[in-house]
Amino acid sequence: MTRWLVPMLVSCLLASAFASVLAGSVWLTPREAFQALAFDHADLAGQIVTQIRLPRVVLSMAIGGILGLSGAVMQGLLRNPLADPGLLGVSAGASLGAVIAIYFGFAASFTLAAPLFGLTGAFVTTGIAFILARGGGTLSLILAGAAVSSIASAGVSLALNLSPNPYAAYEIMTWLMGSLADRSWDHVRLATPFILAGGTMLLLTGRALDALALGEAQAESLGIAVSRTRMLALIGTALGVGGATAVSGTIGFVGLIAPHLVRPLVAHRPGKVLIPAMLVGAVLVTLADIASRTLVFRGMPLNLGVFISLIGAPFFLWLVLHVRRRTA
Amino acid sequence: MSALHFHGVSARRGQRLVLDGISARVPSGHLTAVIGPNGAGKSTLLDITSGLKRPVQGSVELDGKDLHRLGRRELAKLRAYLPQRAGVDWPITVERVVALGLTPALPAFGTIPSALLPAIDDALLACDLLGLRDRPATQLSGGELARAMLARAIVGDPALLIVDEPTAGLDPRHAIDAVQRLKARTTAGCTVVMAIHDLDLALAFADSILAIRDGRLLAHGPTHEVVTESLLTSLYDVPVRLSRDGDGISVRFLKSGVSS
Repeated sequence: MTRWLVPMLVSCLLASAFASVLAGSVWLTPREAFQALAFDHADLAGQIVTQIRLPRVVLSMAIGGILGLSGAVMQGLLRNPLADPGLLGVSAGASLGAVIAIYFGFAASFTLAAPLFGLTGAFVTTGIAFILARGGGTLSLILAGAAVSSIASAGVSLALNLSPNPYAAYEIMTWLMGSLADRSWDHVRLATPFILAGGTMLLLTGRALDALALGEAQAESLGIAVSRTRMLALIGTALGVGGATAVSGTIGFVGLIAPHLVRPLVAHRPGKVLIPAMLVGAVLVTLADIASRTLVFRGMPLNLGVFISLIGAPFFLWLVLHVRRRTA
Repeated sequence: MSALHFHGVSARRGQRLVLDGISARVPSGHLTAVIGPNGAGKSTLLDITSGLKRPVQGSVELDGKDLHRLGRRELAKLRAYLPQRAGVDWPITVERVVALGLTPALPAFGTIPSALLPAIDDALLACDLLGLRDRPATQLSGGELARAMLARAIVGDPALLIVDEPTAGLDPRHAIDAVQRLKARTTAGCTVVMAIHDLDLALAFADSILAIRDGRLLAHGPTHEVVTESLLTSLYDVPVRLSRDGDGISVRFLKSGVSS
């Protein structure tokens, strides 16, 4: 089972990526898509594929991947099945940064202002959380992250409260709901370096996470540098999830759910969850992005983040009940 | 072999001096019990002996090598450490948990080399876990979990094994079993240091004793030479009667002497 898991997930990912190229307000046949990819970028199909759909596919895979991976690392590091990437204030910080860019009108004059501010916000909040938790252990890191997170959320609420006009408020709301609509290659170029760098750091924690299943003292005694692992996980999440959230807005639940979907298939080993969780995260966001494009309610498309929350929240409920049963 | 030397070891926890100039020698291949009241510094001494905490003064030598100058991995291959109430947080199988003990010997990437696989079977066998190898560690009883953690600790065949409270939370039968297994490691040449509150078990099985109180060493040496009524009384501030009979020595704390 374990041996076939990664190849199976990779094929699922490729299939959903291909479906994502075809689906949308203009449906393409596989033949049109191949032609557009291979030769002809000039006609309508070619334009749709290369300028609209492909950057979206790349972003949904990268963002879903880093969310799933980071969720798996956080759960392994904190030894808590309910941990998720937003725990350290990364998502809230990125939201606040982007909201500031929209609120003060930078986003209107310069398309990449929101993601750039979002990145800055993510790094600043994680930095503060890290400084607050310095010298302490994992628990103080969680508390510092929660504190910084709520301060950033308060800032977002303040911006909504004081927004100069309904349009700005609407724009902020839309951004907070998380979306991949109208994202271009510029967004891909902005986000992917951070996602790749963060992802690499997160993948390096695998063996340490296995040993951490025994607790920090035993892991340390087995030659694992626990504080170095914590640094890798934290900076990797700040870079990767910060880059992702800066481009897409907040997308919850993927980081929480993806590791759980694959954990039984890798015999619950925390280090072995990483790559499958990353692939499942990528599949989830790619499929959700297709759904958010094709499901239209009363003329309103569903936002990606909203759609994922609608699916994710009931799963979360199930998870809480399940975990309680297992530990009771 | 692997004798352990403490040279004037002092340690702080925050501002407080919790160990004050401990000097002692723990013979190799001995089961040594560290005894003393709560807060005496037993756990700190074990943390330092395992190399996880650095002394502010002094050094600990294993075979003449300063423990705190060894590399992280080198040290991990040499000694194993079991903290109090060690557990596993995910439902990983017993076999995988034991395999985690081989972490320091693994190559940077990839799976366990086949040359190391017999070590896992040996450790499972030594701890009577062959029937439980596929059981998730979260479903084990207290006694089974204690055996699984011990198997995890001995699978890498360490020269030095440090165990904090091996009997905590175990019923008498499992407590005796746990200490017997530690004793069995010494016949294989391993030096074992344990902190323990159960004095009857300590007296029955330990080859030597380190008695500490308020961070200072009150006595150390072979168990039957060192342990006296007066030592235990001053160690615990409770009058103690040692009674010897055909079954060995037992320790009785006399409640009447405790001033309230």
